[in-house]
Amino acid sequence: MKFVDEFRDPSAARSLLAAIEESVEELGATAEKPIHIMEVCGGHTHAIFRFGLDKLTPPGLEFIHGPGCPVCVLPMSRVDDCVEIAERPDVIMTTFGDVMRVPGTKKSLFQAKADGADVRMVYSPLDALELARRQPDKEVVFFGLGFETTTPSTAIAIQQAAREELTNFSIFCNHISVPPPIKALLEDPLSMIDGFVGPGHVSMVIGTKPYEFIARDFNKPIVVAGFEPLDLLQSILMVLKQLASGRAEVENQYSRVVPDDGNMISIASVEDVYEPRPTFEWRGLGEIDASGLRVRAKYREFDAEEKFGIGYGLKRNSLKEPEGCACGEVMTGRVKPVACPQFGKGCTPDMPLGALMVSSEGACAAYWQYGGAR
Amino acid sequence: MCLGIPGRIVEITDFEANLALADVSGVKRKVNVTCVSGEGLASLVDKWVLIHVGFAMAIIDEEEAEKTMQTLHALGDAQEEFEAMFESERSLEVRHEVRR
Repeated sequence: MKFVDEFRDPSAARSLLAAIEESVEELGATAEKPIHIMEVCGGHTHAIFRFGLDKLTPPGLEFIHGPGCPVCVLPMSRVDDCVEIAERPDVIMTTFGDVMRVPGTKKSLFQAKADGADVRMVYSPLDALELARRQPDKEVVFFGLGFETTTPSTAIAIQQAAREELTNFSIFCNHISVPPPIKALLEDPLSMIDGFVGPGHVSMVIGTKPYEFIARDFNKPIVVAGFEPLDLLQSILMVLKQLASGRAEVENQYSRVVPDDGNMISIASVEDVYEPRPTFEWRGLGEIDASGLRVRAKYREFDAEEKFGIGYGLKRNSLKEPEGCACGEVMTGRVKPVACPQFGKGCTPDMPLGALMVSSEGACAAYWQYGGAR
Repeated sequence: MCLGIPGRIVEITDFEANLALADVSGVKRKVNVTCVSGEGLASLVDKWVLIHVGFAMAIIDEEEAEKTMQTLHALGDAQEEFEAMFESERSLEVRHEVRR
């Protein structure tokens, strides 16, 4: 119980763990026939490993690490497109740090920078906007990436750029949405998922209603969770209790931050600037309907795809994963990271071959850093 | 990127563009407060907010701010966020380099 002693409230953690054990037993789950709970959010994946929750919970409970790491699900073709824009004259490509190391087919943004492209790491789209004001002679492009938590930030940046009539700022939009891949995973006949721990900060923006289909159409429980170890343990217990009593509901463990209706101002900004693409590719999962966003026509001068003539899927279809890379199977929970032939050999956090090794929120990087789960 | 970092709003710096200065564990950072502006901008001063990539996304209480900061430190994410803020400052320098 080494981890538990480090928790903020070890005795609360112990009683939650005891209750989880009891519930797993009541459900008749064993190491051979476990209950599968998917944590959707990459931040939760990182927390589960960091706090050793995978080792503290009983063997009859298994975590499937979901597609909630935006860096991990970014298809290689989009990295290639981004490199192509970055390498044009007079372009400054701005991006979050962890995106820079994602491998494309030829190079990552980091390698493009080494080859002479002006690629800069920024903390916020606000900083990209500021750079555009300071360097009117350059085209400043921001690599917009992330789920519903970051989408409002680029939407508001575009609205601000429009108010200021900036002509040298655009977003290369790769924003994606959490509910569509959950639906795709549940529609997979081989799906093993019994219930979900829902994302915390994404839900702070969209609320809990977008998850209702999970309970209504697929009869699976989902509990929106905070990031503390106690939050996660409590949420896991809530999922198990639903399963034990045959309920399938959307519950909110993180109501101190997540309002059921979400953040209306954020939702309105996103709605104003973006619209769903018919489909968008997810690395490891393939094309998923209405899962990605694009800039609406009324803001087209801030859309890097329009500005540089690089539309989504204009040139090529889905690209093959590198030889031996099992990111797709890991993402869908079919194999564990350690079962990938490249894990720790051709693929490490220093030299990632697959995207799940790039970000600390990726399942493979977490296995590497904290040691594999059971 | 997934997790927000707590900060306290020190002052509103631009009422038109919804910008404020936030204190994030002693680091002063410009943040956009559009998403938490429902009760008016002036009321945000001294409030704790959850900041995602430079945007305040939710108003939280001090206890929640403390708990979140502890979790971020344990995950190594707090350090990562501060490094990103500092690196971003450097990225804003005007450069007129000649490409190779």
